[in-house]
Amino acid sequence: MVAQNIFFYAIAAVIVWSAFRVVTTQNVVHAALHLVAVLASVAAQYILLAAEFVAATQVLVYIGAIVVLFLFGIMLTRAKIGRDQELTHKSAIVGGALTALLLLAVMGYSLLDEFGWSRTPLPEDSRLIGVNGSNSATVSDSIFSQYLVPFEVISVLLLAALVGAIVLARKD
Amino acid sequence: MDDLLLNQFLLLGAVLFCLGVYGVLVRRNAVLVLMSIELILNAVNINLIAFGAWRGDVAGSVFALFVIAIAAAEVGVGLAIVLLIYRNRRSVDLDDIAELKG
Repeated sequence: MVAQNIFFYAIAAVIVWSAFRVVTTQNVVHAALHLVAVLASVAAQYILLAAEFVAATQVLVYIGAIVVLFLFGIMLTRAKIGRDQELTHKSAIVGGALTALLLLAVMGYSLLDEFGWSRTPLPEDSRLIGVNGSNSATVSDSIFSQYLVPFEVISVLLLAALVGAIVLARKD
Repeated sequence: MDDLLLNQFLLLGAVLFCLGVYGVLVRRNAVLVLMSIELILNAVNINLIAFGAWRGDVAGSVFALFVIAIAAAEVGVGLAIVLLIYRNRRSVDLDDIAELKG
């Protein structure tokens, strides 16, 4: 399991650095590209946790669709390409950083208090895979039996969002 | 530190969440605020998958998929609204949209 730990910390470093650049960079397009790095690394963490179906969905939906939507949004709102000093609220930086650090301190303390470093190792991967041989099979069985009603509700919600986005964005 | 621990995933999620909150608070461009919200949703997803792996339960993966679907819907509608604001005011600066401030 040592290799998994090495990969975890390497990927976590990429996530934290890229997320930091997403919220601090002065270039809108760079923010979108750093967001791609964050999303891909999060997909890699899902694979470490043996959730390969969610990782594939993350790549398809987030990197394939949502980031492209963001790039379209950047182009259509004619954001300045290149450095733009107006992207960050200068007077809010101190307050924002203070809020984020306080939140991190509270969450970090409660997490370390509840799940101390030595107490909760994750189970071996074989327990996650289930009887059907793969995590994807278990996930699909679960979605189409136990979670069928939420799944249908999500489908209707996606349709509503699609219609809503078209109604909002079309030119009359 | 031989095994993967639950806590390292939860702490990673907490760091990502706080970076997202910072982005929502300090960014002036509406598109960048939407990107920061995506960071927050990803932090939640890491927590869901980690707890699912810890319990040996597939429910974490299922709810992470639901969160991804909700995020797609949210970005679609959110960017449509941002586009409409841009069309009406020629700007997506959140400081300019302050009519509700007394």
